[in-house]
Amino acid sequence: MGVIFIPVGLVTLRASHCVVEIVDRYDIDCVPEPSRMDKVSYIQDDSIPKNCSRFMKVHKYMKAPIYIYYQLDNYYQNHRRYVKSRSDKQLLDGQKYHDTSSCQPVESNNNRPIVPCGLIAWSLFNDTFEFIREGAELKVNRKNIAWKSDRGHKFGKNVYPFNFQNGTLIGGGKLNPEIPEDLIVWMRTSALPSFRKLYGRIEEDLDVDDVVVVNLMNNYNTYSFGGKKKLVLSTSSWLGGKNDFLGHACVFVGCSSLTLAIIFMLLHVKYRRLDRSVELVGLGIGWGASLERF
Amino acid sequence: MVAASSRKRKGKIRWSKLYSFAACFRPLTSKERLAARELIGQPGFSRVVFCNEPHLHKRKPYKYPYNYISTTKYNVLTFLPRALFEQFRRVANFYFLLAAIFSLFSLAPFSRASLIAPLVFVVGISMLKEAVEDWHRFLQDLDVNNRTVKTHISNGVFVDKLWKELRVGDVVKVNKGEYFPSDLLLLSSGNEDGVCYVETMNLDGETNLKIKRCLEASLCLNEDEEFSKFKATVHCEDPNPNLYTFVGNIEFEKESYPLSPSQLLLRDSKLRNTDYIYGVVIFSGHDTKAVQNSTRSPSKRSRIERKMDHIIYILFSMLVLVSLVSSFGSLLYLRQDMVDWWYLQLPDDNKFIRALILYGYLIPISLYVSIEVVKVLQTMLINKDIELYDDVTCKSVQARTSNLNEELGQVEMILSDKTGTLTCNQMEFRKCSIAGVSYGGDITEVDLAASMRMNADFEPFEFSIDETDGATRSFEPFEFSVSSFSAQNGNARLTKTEGPVIKGFNFRDDRLMNENWIHGSNLFDITMFFRVMALCHTGIPLEDDNHKTDKLSYEAESPEEVSFLIASQEEYKLLNLLEFSSSRKRMSVIVSNEDGQIFLLCKGADSPLKPPYHLCHVFPLVLILSIIFDRLADNGRAYEQATTMHLSSYAEDGLRTLAFAYRTIEAAEYESWNTIFTQAKATIGPEREELLEQASEMIEKDLILLGVVAVEDKLQKGVPECIDKLAQAGLKIWLLTGDKRETAINIGFACSLLRQDMKQFHLSLSRDAESNNQVKDMKEDILQQIESSYKMVCEERNKEAPFGLVIDGKALEIALRGDVKDEFLQLAVNCASVICCRVSPKQKALITRLVKQYTGKTTLAIGDGANDVGMIQEADIGVGISGMEGMQAVMASDFSLPQFRFLERLLIVHGHWCYQRISKMVLYFVYKNVAFGLTLFYYELYTSFSGEVLYDDWYMTMFNVMLTSLPVIALGVLEQDVSSDICLQ
Repeated sequence: MGVIFIPVGLVTLRASHCVVEIVDRYDIDCVPEPSRMDKVSYIQDDSIPKNCSRFMKVHKYMKAPIYIYYQLDNYYQNHRRYVKSRSDKQLLDGQKYHDTSSCQPVESNNNRPIVPCGLIAWSLFNDTFEFIREGAELKVNRKNIAWKSDRGHKFGKNVYPFNFQNGTLIGGGKLNPEIPEDLIVWMRTSALPSFRKLYGRIEEDLDVDDVVVVNLMNNYNTYSFGGKKKLVLSTSSWLGGKNDFLGHACVFVGCSSLTLAIIFMLLHVKYRRLDRSVELVGLGIGWGASLERF
Repeated sequence: MVAASSRKRKGKIRWSKLYSFAACFRPLTSKERLAARELIGQPGFSRVVFCNEPHLHKRKPYKYPYNYISTTKYNVLTFLPRALFEQFRRVANFYFLLAAIFSLFSLAPFSRASLIAPLVFVVGISMLKEAVEDWHRFLQDLDVNNRTVKTHISNGVFVDKLWKELRVGDVVKVNKGEYFPSDLLLLSSGNEDGVCYVETMNLDGETNLKIKRCLEASLCLNEDEEFSKFKATVHCEDPNPNLYTFVGNIEFEKESYPLSPSQLLLRDSKLRNTDYIYGVVIFSGHDTKAVQNSTRSPSKRSRIERKMDHIIYILFSMLVLVSLVSSFGSLLYLRQDMVDWWYLQLPDDNKFIRALILYGYLIPISLYVSIEVVKVLQTMLINKDIELYDDVTCKSVQARTSNLNEELGQVEMILSDKTGTLTCNQMEFRKCSIAGVSYGGDITEVDLAASMRMNADFEPFEFSIDETDGATRSFEPFEFSVSSFSAQNGNARLTKTEGPVIKGFNFRDDRLMNENWIHGSNLFDITMFFRVMALCHTGIPLEDDNHKTDKLSYEAESPEEVSFLIASQEEYKLLNLLEFSSSRKRMSVIVSNEDGQIFLLCKGADSPLKPPYHLCHVFPLVLILSIIFDRLADNGRAYEQATTMHLSSYAEDGLRTLAFAYRTIEAAEYESWNTIFTQAKATIGPEREELLEQASEMIEKDLILLGVVAVEDKLQKGVPECIDKLAQAGLKIWLLTGDKRETAINIGFACSLLRQDMKQFHLSLSRDAESNNQVKDMKEDILQQIESSYKMVCEERNKEAPFGLVIDGKALEIALRGDVKDEFLQLAVNCASVICCRVSPKQKALITRLVKQYTGKTTLAIGDGANDVGMIQEADIGVGISGMEGMQAVMASDFSLPQFRFLERLLIVHGHWCYQRISKMVLYFVYKNVAFGLTLFYYELYTSFSGEVLYDDWYMTMFNVMLTSLPVIALGVLEQDVSSDICLQ
């Protein structure tokens, strides 16, 4: 076990180290100094422009494609009420599917069904990002960011937003006449309260010491529940993004099994002369006894 | 040949006549009988039967049930509710039922189907199993209920009628070899004197025939036509389970006659040696004593299964705890943070129940099903074990219920039947000592056991051979042949021993096999010895119709006599027969030969008496329980010393011994005695027994000792070794038998249950207490005995000597009553082995139950006859021997073995394995479910306890039922922690 796990862990760790990642938390810095006392009212005030510029310095050569993620922390996309509030059938068939009861509490407005209905769609993330390097805009590919299966099978081609974000409560982003891939990404809810979602890809390499200017629209309200917003630029290895956990876990398991193996071997050498049957019967009684304990 | 057979037939009738005065094998005392007569008409004795008028029993108040019996647990209507109830008595099933109900109200975190489907699956499989088992019982009942019996309809016409349609009051005719359809009152039989022979093996396990005798008044009713006008009224006791009592009277032709148990033919017993009988149905169907005696088959649950409920309770409390944590957590979030979570919009609903269902994966729903599957597979492994296969009967071990496999490993008490279980129910003539010389010296299994017991291999045995041989040479240089001996005696027919091996005759000794024995000095003694052997018995020679040979088969009251019969045959004119009774412990016949010489031939159950333990060291002498030895004439003691020695050495080998003696009677003396005896015999009433005994006493004196014979009650193969192993493994073995005490003790010795170094206690009612028939006296008597024995046990506990307890049926009946019970059990549990003799089936069951309750240990009952059914059902595990006796025991048992010796491997190897397997499997199962369930809980920490599920519904449903079941099942079926050889060590 140890022999297998330790090398695997080391290889995984190495792959993880190859990944270059730039993380920038912008949710606080993008609120102007005077409004920082009351960020919630700032974000809810539509009259204030939400433009914001960030500078990201590349500290290591990054090979294309460079993935752009936004990361939300302390955002419970996995809450049961939230997860359940969607209608997969409607997303596939559009307005033709009338039963939106599963989308509570955002199922209809003015007695007309909402497309796409439900809390998840309603709370769509709506910050936008533009990347500029040395005065020139970096091209961001925003196609094919959702799962292929989601695009192909879960979301209908002919589904158009209807009656969306028309209610008294406005949640997240509004939708153009078409369903964007952003929504598809967003609607694949995250399992953990801290998650990243793919925004797009930069298909040019970034050199060391390049400075990327990010012009972003800070629209999304994470301030009321104390959530964080981060922008992540990351390359990928054969193993995916930067993740040390798998490697560490493998190495740990490998080491512990090696240690145990050595201990048991020593024990065996020491107590070898014991009558085998006695030992085994003893073990047997142990099993029985452990059940008796219940 | 024709002449011979007609003589035989005459002989048969004569034998049955001889028997007539012994018809009640345990007659009621006069007081009892008087009391019984007064009871009729009182509560408990209110039954009225109008014989030959069954239509009168169709209306109340004389409406009695049809002769239909049913042993099924459910019927069509009750199956669903009752089986469902049984299922949901299991905690886990009940929990899942609740979960399924909640799922209907959209509270559940999973879809409805994924909650209900596994429940339906699990419950369905279990119910299907129940249904199939009950169906088999139903078919069995159907078979019994549809047997036919000749029943009188009118004008003396008898037609076949199904058993189930039989009513109280019907007159039936039962032919030879048929079972009685219900409890019948014997009216008349094919024999002139109204006697019939009944085999009650299914009731009490005894293979000897019982004699039933009808009333003189109904003797004339022995033709079909006689019944056209027959009418009588019977008043008797209400249905009760007591096999050996019956009180009632019959009003017939305006006269009233008392009835006794000897007129009652019990259901499940069989007519033997009698061409036909006529009887009236007294008790039918569930009222019959046999059915009343049967205990309802309880559904047995193994200890692990019961333990499993505990495990589930623990898991359940864990579940509640986790759910509480979840719901509190959720509540906290709701109160503090979630208000600000705009993307959720509204507060949430009832968390607790949802959490309960969510973490339901802590409770392994498929555990029961998996365990059942595993047990079925284990059962297959046990059934297929080649080591448990018996070549002789071509049968193997059958685990009939799969519920109790692991319980086998937990057995601490074995309650065993004797006949057919430990012994083959075959008696073998093994050794004899004639005129002070011992003959016959093969190594018997009993010897083997005896020498094993002494832990000295064969040395002691060889020693005894040497000794007898030495003695032989000095006394008896000549050799005998049994066959030539029989030729000398003219009409005696003895099957040649050189021929094929004769059942029951396992006697090899060259000294009796060659020609020269006639020249022996004590020819007369030897002739006399064989004569006693040949004549002094109650055997009934019977023509074997099936084989059409001139070989005779024998039916006798006691199986040991059959073997004597086979060993020697002779015909004399029989003058008188002095019955064997347990108080006299001897029987005699008075015969005259062709010369008119009158002999009294006497046979007595002399056996060495164990001296009180503490005296053992002081007097190394063997004391003899003197039956014959006391009655010897002074000139008859020639061989006393040598015979005594042989007697004790035979007995030590576990053989059953009988002493033979004779005397010549002068014609005049005989005449005078005969008048007294005839008078005594003619007496009716309470004094009869006493008078007969006195008369016998008068003539049985001044005997001349001939010798002793030793008969081996043949043990089954491997029994002593098996019992030894089991005893080594710390199991306590009780022997419960319907046999006589002497027999039981002998077998106890033979199969190493009792050992010479054991201190024995005998509990029995003293004669005074018994005759007074006062419960209180008897109780005190027994209590005293128990207390004194217990004191001894306490005093000597530190010493190495183990204790053996022997108790007989009547004493047991008292000892098992409420207040004495505890003392008795306390004593019994402290004894290494316990032998209970003369116990009824009901008592067997009672003992089993009490032992089970008192000790709280797992008990195993093993038996082969229908009389063991009660105890087999009562014990935690019932084992039936699928031997020669009927199938009732096997049908009632949980396991059936072809031979007793397989018990060792079954208990020690399979019991051990199955227990290991099931325990490991349960632990594995619990581990797997807890591990899985807790991931759900950990995930809740990340979802603000909202009750969101980490996995897909169907994945979770399948997790237990399909995905992870195989490894667990494989472990449960195949795991062997130690190989079978190590287990057996």
